Amino acid sequence: MSPTLQKSGSLRRRLLLQLLLAAALLSTFMYLSVRAVAEKAAEATHNNILGASATSIVEQLRSSNGEIVVDIPYSAFSMLGSISDDQVFYRIESDRETLTGYEDLPLPDATLEIDDPHYYTARYKSVVIRATAVRRVIPIAGKPKSVIVAVAQTRFGQDAIASGVANTAALLGVGFFILTGLLSWIATNNTVKPIRTVAEKITRRGPQDLRPLDHPVPQELQTLVDSLNGFIGRLRGTLRRTETFIADAAHHVRTPLAIVRTRAEIALRHAEGDDARQMLRSVIRAVDESSRSATQLLEHATVSYRSDQVSHETFDVSLMLQDVMGVHEATAELKDLVIHADVVQAVSLSGDRVLIESAVHNLLDNAIKYSEPDQHIDVTLQTDGADCLISICDLGRGLAGKSQADLTQRFERGSNVTDVVGSGLGLTIVEEVAHLHQGSFEILPRTGGGTCTSLRLPLSR
Amino acid sequence: MRFLLIEDNSELAQSVSDRLKLDGHAVDIAGTLADASACLQGAEYDLMLLDIMLPDGDGVSFLAQHRATNNNTPVIATTARSAISDRVSVLDAGADDYITKPFDFAELEARVRAVLRRRGGVASNTFHYHGMVFNPLNATVSFDGTDFVLRNRELRLLEILVSTPERIFSKSHLYDRLFSYSEEPSDNAIEVYVGRLRKKLEGSQVLIETVRGLGYRITHK
Repeated sequence: MSPTLQKSGSLRRRLLLQLLLAAALLSTFMYLSVRAVAEKAAEATHNNILGASATSIVEQLRSSNGEIVVDIPYSAFSMLGSISDDQVFYRIESDRETLTGYEDLPLPDATLEIDDPHYYTARYKSVVIRATAVRRVIPIAGKPKSVIVAVAQTRFGQDAIASGVANTAALLGVGFFILTGLLSWIATNNTVKPIRTVAEKITRRGPQDLRPLDHPVPQELQTLVDSLNGFIGRLRGTLRRTETFIADAAHHVRTPLAIVRTRAEIALRHAEGDDARQMLRSVIRAVDESSRSATQLLEHATVSYRSDQVSHETFDVSLMLQDVMGVHEATAELKDLVIHADVVQAVSLSGDRVLIESAVHNLLDNAIKYSEPDQHIDVTLQTDGADCLISICDLGRGLAGKSQADLTQRFERGSNVTDVVGSGLGLTIVEEVAHLHQGSFEILPRTGGGTCTSLRLPLSR
Repeated sequence: MRFLLIEDNSELAQSVSDRLKLDGHAVDIAGTLADASACLQGAEYDLMLLDIMLPDGDGVSFLAQHRATNNNTPVIATTARSAISDRVSVLDAGADDYITKPFDFAELEARVRAVLRRRGGVASNTFHYHGMVFNPLNATVSFDGTDFVLRNRELRLLEILVSTPERIFSKSHLYDRLFSYSEEPSDNAIEVYVGRLRKKLEGSQVLIETVRGLGYRITHK
């Protein structure tokens, strides 16, 4: 089980959020600027018309008999009416005295330049108005007299235009936001995609595939992939060293044992007297025990080491079984044992050949060890649905009441086998191999004496 | 038989050679692959015992090379390394069999016999004794034109006795050579096999004699 990594946020989400935030800011900014520009433009137009209206009135000012005469042209108000139905006010004043129009229409506080329209906003009759004022100097009776003409209009029409523009700007902003959001989502996915591709490439790999990753990746991922490849390289090195170590350890243990054993056999040949013989026989037995234990311990180590990376080659079980039987032919012959094989041909299985062979090897070895001379051993291979079933039955001494659970425990041996060399690891190995392949292993007493072992393995996984 | 033993551990090589000589075999020792090639050029061997880990190279590739040059000397690979992973590569490279060190010499002999049998046999290995022809390779004994098949222990017993006819072999000597060291056969086990062998030899000129208190020997009528 691999530990669940704590997630420190998602790159995709982080990127998407940042892009969306930027999009929101830009949309708001766009909304505000569109509205401001529109309002400014509307106001400028309004000013111009107000200015033109006031100017056209001013143009009609003249003096007559020492008096100021004003003849308000029709167009002065009709041009204002053309932009909206708002109310129009005017006031003509001279020397703080209203000559005509609304007396209370507010005038600007500032001093007005001559003939230069001044625009201002004010409150009049509790509504907001936009107004313009123009000052002109008219000679009356040889004396210059200052006259101010003010024209104002309520802003309902203006406000209606402004809110229309604002609505359009808001719609535009929302649309812009949705569009950029969509584009951000696509961009984010595209950016994150290489990461996911690399992850998928690694996940899809077989357990024994320790080649470096050579899939082209974006520059930013290169460092990550480089260090991953470095890690894979180190892992491969470690695994290779483990395998070499197991093999070398076996070599270093077995070579001196071989010398001792050979010497003891030679000494036995020359031995005089039963005491010496017994002693040498027990030396040889002890060597066989140690060699057997070393073999099984290392084999068990191999099984455990391989359990993390079970290989999946497809091979013919019947050929493998015949191979293993061939290897045991000589040892069986030494006890005049005959191996009967009832093997279906061409059974193709996908699994770890080394492990399965090791399991079968152990089972056959046991059958030979615990058989009496001149007996026979039955080896069968059948297919049963999606499984194959390898069973090995002997007529030997049986299990003496011990259960499978006892016998498959590490270093646990039967109660009736003290005279036979063994390590107590053989069946442990077999059971582990069965589990690694999602198969099962069963050991049962054979009716009429002896033992039957059967290894059930799925043909494909 | 003549063996070529290729083994870099000189102590082990010497003891294996001593042990094989006890059974009447001739053994040449090569400590390196270079020595082995020299030996193979100078002499014919019945069998090669090849250690697959040697100082000047890998026994497996030596074997492949050796097979490529059409040298058909039978090879039994010996290995002290982890058995399962090496086995396949050794057999693929052309070894006839393999055996893991330390090995039981009875097992080695059985393997040698099986290999030579598969290879078609070596004629020189037949024993002739007073009209009896004994072929250990095929496990047959024949006289008066009739073949009898021997079981393995009968064969080994006859092989021991016939190696030096008329010599008395003690019961314990036969016991040591016939049964594995982990077996605890019953006291009369030797009698059982002697009895079986006598039955097969019935009608021939050859007989197995019990020398009371000393053991057994092969002699003739």
